[in-house]
Amino acid sequence: MAHRWKNDLSHGDVTPEHVYLNRRQVIAGLTGAGLAVAADPLSAETLEPNSWEEITTYNNFYEFGTGKEDPAKYAHLMETDPWSVKIDGLVDKPGDYNFQDILSEMTVEERIYRFRCVEAWSMIVPWNGFELADLLAMAGVQDGAKYVAFETLLRPSEMPGTAYRTIDWPYREGLRLDEAMHPLTIIATGIYGKPIPNQNGAPLRLVVPWKYGFKSIKSIVRITLTDNEPPTSWSTLIPGEYGFYSNVNPKVDHPRWSQASERRIGGGLFSKRQPTLMFNGYEDEVASLYDGMDLAKNY
Amino acid sequence: MAWIWPRITNVLDRLNPYLRKLPVWAIYLSGVLPPMVWLWMGVTGRLGVEPISALEHKLGEAALQLLILGLAVTPLRRYLGLNLMKFRRAIGVLAFSYLSMHLLVWLVLDVQIPQQIWADIVKRPYITVGMAGFLLLLPPALTSNNFSVRRLGPKWRSVHRLVYAGVVLGGLHYLMLAKGFQIEPLIYLTIIGVLLLLRLQKQRKRQPGLPGPRNGLKEV
Repeated sequence: MAHRWKNDLSHGDVTPEHVYLNRRQVIAGLTGAGLAVAADPLSAETLEPNSWEEITTYNNFYEFGTGKEDPAKYAHLMETDPWSVKIDGLVDKPGDYNFQDILSEMTVEERIYRFRCVEAWSMIVPWNGFELADLLAMAGVQDGAKYVAFETLLRPSEMPGTAYRTIDWPYREGLRLDEAMHPLTIIATGIYGKPIPNQNGAPLRLVVPWKYGFKSIKSIVRITLTDNEPPTSWSTLIPGEYGFYSNVNPKVDHPRWSQASERRIGGGLFSKRQPTLMFNGYEDEVASLYDGMDLAKNY
Repeated sequence: MAWIWPRITNVLDRLNPYLRKLPVWAIYLSGVLPPMVWLWMGVTGRLGVEPISALEHKLGEAALQLLILGLAVTPLRRYLGLNLMKFRRAIGVLAFSYLSMHLLVWLVLDVQIPQQIWADIVKRPYITVGMAGFLLLLPPALTSNNFSVRRLGPKWRSVHRLVYAGVVLGGLHYLMLAKGFQIEPLIYLTIIGVLLLLRLQKQRKRQPGLPGPRNGLKEV
């Protein structure tokens, strides 16, 4: 069931430049011919993935400290081999799944996604991973399941940041089942074709590209299918600032800052802000999930 | 433990002759260098992959540290015998310069959009508090010169008491912008609280008719 979704972001810096330029000329040519491409504003974007250095040195992973450089400094302390994920709750085959066994069952593909942090910065990340739907299918989702809850590893001896109760450890996240089954929702196991570094959530993490980055929980050790909306870390800690849904939405501000614009990492000291896109640019794909919902209330 | 105290004050006391010889311009000079180095680091990609926030945070944190150092000058002399009084104006002026650069980076490099700036000041409490702190520190900064001391006379002291409120707002600004429960802003606020309490204690002792006990140190 892999390859249900195709990238629309370019891959300029890993594709040889002449091929890349040709591709852009092709797109320009199509637009000129009045084909459907013109209707999709995203085709006009010339987004290139952020560099390996940018993606792996500027992270939020509070288990290793609250500074952006802390995860890159301390995440090597985390032992990721062996690793198993407990899948339980409303599933046919609950149990502890070894990471290597999961990987051997899944089709890993590349997904170049926008990544928008709730702190109003963003990156473009070339993830490697598989669709969460495939993993859930492996465990067999039962009829009554409505939500999926996730939990990050908590091992204080390897996580200096957990010495403080910055948040109520372990870190928890959750999705509605239809969000979890959406083809855009992936479990990432790599970046740029390399195994995902610890600071980015090794060995496996969630990536939900139309939601703020904190929803994309890292270093997952437990996935639980439930019939109730599961408590999530940030919405429990500060309910007035973070909701369960946390969809990227330029019209709904965080109480402490505007979400209308964002700064793309990598632009240097004089980097310009750019407007934030509804659902982080994935409106066509996911807006129907929220038909009839007041997004200002369900933030 | 009691024997440690005289030793500390003894060591600090021996520092005083050296401090007396240190010219004030040396403090100004060493204060001007860090922002220039940070700016150079930011331009050349040495401040990490997000240099705007990095520069903004470095300037803001250094401003808060200098404000606290300025607040510590009197208690340091009073309780530990370390005399930094000669440098207090330089410390204060540098703190305000760092604060202005912090504000400037926020305006020009961070927010960029003019309509957004006013909206942020009004709508975002941590920015409102930060701006209020800046405005409270403006009069003391503008009167940090001999001319103003002569001109304002006894009023000069009242103007400079604004620093107390300004520092508290600065610490609060830091606490309010932190995500989750973070330890650093609480440490800063605790230090600010202690330094202000020491002043309160001193003022109570100075009530009319109750001459405060002198600890043998000369007032400069």
